[in-house]
Amino acid sequence: MNQCDFICELNSRLSGLPEEDINKSVDYYSELIDDYIEDGKSEEEAVAALGSIDDIVNQIYSDIPLSKIVKAKVKPSRTLKVLEIILIVLGSPVWLSILIAVFAVVFSIYVSLWCVVISVFAVGISLFVSSVALFLASIYVLFVKDVLRFVALLGAAFMCAGLGLLIIIGAKYLAKAILLLTKCTVKGIKKMFIKKGELK
Amino acid sequence: MDIQLKRGLLDVCVLKAIKNEDSYGYKIIKDMKPFVEISESTLYPILRRLESSAMLTVKTVEHNGRLRKYYHITQDGVKRIEEFKEEWNEIVSIYRFITKEDNDESV
Repeated sequence: MNQCDFICELNSRLSGLPEEDINKSVDYYSELIDDYIEDGKSEEEAVAALGSIDDIVNQIYSDIPLSKIVKAKVKPSRTLKVLEIILIVLGSPVWLSILIAVFAVVFSIYVSLWCVVISVFAVGISLFVSSVALFLASIYVLFVKDVLRFVALLGAAFMCAGLGLLIIIGAKYLAKAILLLTKCTVKGIKKMFIKKGELK
Repeated sequence: MDIQLKRGLLDVCVLKAIKNEDSYGYKIIKDMKPFVEISESTLYPILRRLESSAMLTVKTVEHNGRLRKYYHITQDGVKRIEEFKEEWNEIVSIYRFITKEDNDESV
């Protein structure tokens, strides 16, 4: 048996133990083999000098407290078990539809928020357009009809223009606020995933 | 020899082997050989036990392109050797007591 075989064998025989203990044992024995070789022994002789691998494994097991061995064996592996995979697949009609519904609700809320912004914009723009129309009408009235109507229409035009401007400015702030909200939500979701990743 | 007795003795032997200068597994076994045979698999749990009871510390040093663990005795380890020497007087008198009966019978 050469050094590599010995280390591999030792590794697999200790596989139930905590990783730290395995590494320490393997380090210890591979260091000894190297020292034997450095002292003039061949690789096979060095491995043979360590005695039987059964004794070595037994010695290591008897030295580690039972509680530690049990803990290392009971610790669940993070890979999904067959049963878990089957449950996920079988449950897909339930959880998939719920997931889609949740996404749909969130999406529709988001879209309706934007709808509000767009409609406010529309009101602002229409007021502005109507103010232009009123202005044109007032000029027409000035030449065809009388000055009083002209002043009234001009006043209405200015009012519409001012109101429209204010509403457009308001809509702009609203849009900015929603964009900020979107950013924060995306950041929050990202953070959630990062935390999950760290916990693994 | 009784396992429990030998175990306690070997602990002190290993401490003695690293007392004057830091040493590593292979050298500890070699230094002890003229006095007491110790196998590699016996030394391993002793070193770990002494480490966990803070009688020695472990330092990894690079040697010829590989890593070697050097064991360094602590104050507690030195104290343990001194304690053992004192205990030994007790053991000697126990020994005298045990062998005295035999001598008396043979005489």
